[in-house]
Amino acid sequence: MSSIVSKLAFALTVTLAAAALRALPARAGDGGTVVIATTQAPRHFNGAVQSGLATALPSTQIFASPLRYDDNWNPKPYLAESWQTAPDGLSITLKLVKNAVFHDGHPVTSEDVAFSIMAIKANHPFQSMLAAVEKVDTPDPYTAVIRLSYPHPALLLAMSPALMPILPKHIYGDGQDLKSHPANLKPVGSGPFRLTDYKQGEYYTLEKFDRFFIPGRPRLDKIVVRIISDPNAALVSLERGDVNVLPFVTGVRDIDRLEKTPNVYVTSKGFAGIGALNWLAFNTRKKPLDDVRVRQAIGFAANRDFIINKLMGGKATAATGPIAPGSPLAEPDVEAYKFDLARAEQLLDAAGYPKKPDGSRLSLTIDYIPGADEQQRNIAEYLRSQLKRAGINLEVRAAADFPTWAQRISTYDFDMTMDTVFNWGDPVIGVDRTYLSSNIRKGIIWSNTQQYSNPKVDELLAAAARETSPEKRKALYSEFQKIVVSDAPIFYINATPYYNAFSKGLSGLPTTIWGLMSPLDELYWETPPKT
Amino acid sequence: MNLVAHVIRQAANAAGLLLAVLVLNFCLIHLTPGDPAQVMAGEMGGASPEVMAALRVKYGLDHSLAEQLLTYLSKVATGDFGYSYYFNEPVVGLIAQRLPATLYLVLSALLLSVLIGTLLGVVSARRPNGLFSQAVTVLSLAGYAAPIFWTGLMLLLLFGSVWPVLPVSGMADVVTPKTGLAYAIDVARHLVLPSSTLALVFIAQYSRLARVNMIDALAADYVRTARAKGLPEYVVVGKHALRNTLIPIVTVAGLQFGQLFAGAVLVETIFSWPGMGRLVFESILRRDYPTLLAILFFSAVLVMAANIVTDLVYRLIDPRIRSGAP
Repeated sequence: MSSIVSKLAFALTVTLAAAALRALPARAGDGGTVVIATTQAPRHFNGAVQSGLATALPSTQIFASPLRYDDNWNPKPYLAESWQTAPDGLSITLKLVKNAVFHDGHPVTSEDVAFSIMAIKANHPFQSMLAAVEKVDTPDPYTAVIRLSYPHPALLLAMSPALMPILPKHIYGDGQDLKSHPANLKPVGSGPFRLTDYKQGEYYTLEKFDRFFIPGRPRLDKIVVRIISDPNAALVSLERGDVNVLPFVTGVRDIDRLEKTPNVYVTSKGFAGIGALNWLAFNTRKKPLDDVRVRQAIGFAANRDFIINKLMGGKATAATGPIAPGSPLAEPDVEAYKFDLARAEQLLDAAGYPKKPDGSRLSLTIDYIPGADEQQRNIAEYLRSQLKRAGINLEVRAAADFPTWAQRISTYDFDMTMDTVFNWGDPVIGVDRTYLSSNIRKGIIWSNTQQYSNPKVDELLAAAARETSPEKRKALYSEFQKIVVSDAPIFYINATPYYNAFSKGLSGLPTTIWGLMSPLDELYWETPPKT
Repeated sequence: MNLVAHVIRQAANAAGLLLAVLVLNFCLIHLTPGDPAQVMAGEMGGASPEVMAALRVKYGLDHSLAEQLLTYLSKVATGDFGYSYYFNEPVVGLIAQRLPATLYLVLSALLLSVLIGTLLGVVSARRPNGLFSQAVTVLSLAGYAAPIFWTGLMLLLLFGSVWPVLPVSGMADVVTPKTGLAYAIDVARHLVLPSSTLALVFIAQYSRLARVNMIDALAADYVRTARAKGLPEYVVVGKHALRNTLIPIVTVAGLQFGQLFAGAVLVETIFSWPGMGRLVFESILRRDYPTLLAILFFSAVLVMAANIVTDLVYRLIDPRIRSGAP
């Protein structure tokens, strides 16, 4: 009898071992460690209640989300193996994979999805992202039906890893405030890596989660993220090979230097999702900038090409409208404000600012965000001399730090300011806030601080937010972009030149629209580094 | 005056000064434009008015400044320095994590600068017009004139890129962590560049100070007497002259403890040294009032403690102070 039992046990062991091998095929290049450097220390690791790059990098490794995106804005299955939008656009049904488990072994079910979506709606700083969600039904453990009060096409992008981490309800649903929940520093997710070590302000370690639901992934054993506060030290560390990934490099000289470094690969792919725009914003309720002709004149006098080709060494892409050039919704056919000094002078004459005998017409101030010199201060300084040619005297106002600048701009104590603003994928999440007249909210930075108001624009944005036909939606946004560019509450300069740098030998690089703010489960060492 | 009474009086003065430090810093920090809610909105890529309002209520920023100050002081009186706005952790815990790193850096820099500075000063004072003395003078002037951040960046490039023999960031190897003696050696290697950067400015100051005082001491009557007695030169210099030279150096070292902390802010930021200096810099940018106030408070405590210790060491070196002689 016992020999039969032992034979059965042996057979079972062999079968299980074979199944395990099938599930996790070992490939050349699997294993190893990648070191990422970042200048920003995360406040915590829970992307459900905290946006921004510092948290998104670890959060997207630790937590999985319903969908993920490829390089061309196409949604791909992740925790949801399929998804279906109802014909009336008022619900989306997600069918979840059945083999996903959290790092503590609990299965991921529709209850967790429902809990997370409602938690994000209540706590995430981007309130417009899930505003349409009424509730989430859970007819069975692997089906979640998101009920909407009105059609909300932005929801599909909002299901990305950076914006919709699925939290374990059995841990976060204990009634404690999610923003200060102790598990935010000891997170349990279902993503490819789990947090194993964190030394505040110094580093954190993410180790491969062996029961990750996608077979054979992640390919790396470990990711160490080092917080290196000085960008120069981070750069040198990458050159030396102490660090393998350097995200969000934006200095033109740094990019140049890294491109010439033999053991480093540099790419600007991976930033289409955040859609960072660098622009000059006007206080449209303050004289003389309340006159659209003055704003347009500044656009014609500024010379965007010079800024991009000379000041930024050709490393940036031109931006001509409110939707970043990498987005499928961007409308290229808008007034480009090509450099035309004569036209600028005509507009200023027409607006009632003739040239005085000393050559000047009017005086304005310009602010900029401190700390990002190449994208902000240098352009402000350049504009001071450039706009003088059109008779505009500019006074450049420095701010000691970000809060000082934010205070000035959000309380409308400015004429013009340089600014960098993110699209965050869908216009509903990151574009509308700058233009809706209902979002003129004093004291709130990156609201409609230009105080721009156009009922037609409000109408178009409201309609586009609910339009389920992609073609009609694109047409609505196209009209919106033409109007806004013509009204010129903002002079668009460039897409902020973000680059990621990698040690050569790494493959499966994160070049999707969310780049390093998405799971690094495909990253691996094709040629391991020499030790 | 007896020593105990002296220490008690010093401590009482220190307590009054600490209260002033708290109140002044509180007012100064709240006078700066912007608040933590705006910083968080900035870092999150924007936030709704409701989120911003909730943050301001959470941190008590919706109360008047006087109310906020009174609440803060009453909490500090019970030993509660509050929670960091940014990390949502008790501030005292944050500081406790960071303090050892700063002490390693500051004390090693102090030791390096006093030892090397004094040695250079003493040696160059023996032949004030000699080549070595001239070289020390030039190097001292250069070291004194160079800003710490510049020196730091140059050393970083030199030993990190051109001749990559030393680690340029962090306090230890976090990829393959070490333990025991190997860990101590690893930390010491990581400490070389930050500590040398911070020490360079002070080496210049101490070498100048030691040189001038040694030249004076060597010309003094008691040195001539010592030489006349036939004492060996190393006793004349090492025992008689050096002891008098050390008095101003110890005084200056105590006074400069505060400056070392200030220098540590820059050095820790350049070399990502995980100490309090970096935390103070980041807390200013984040308007993390509780963290910033607590760090400034504890820094003031440390500087005062350093001054009291200096006073005591001063008494040990100079018998005239001990006996109350003029």
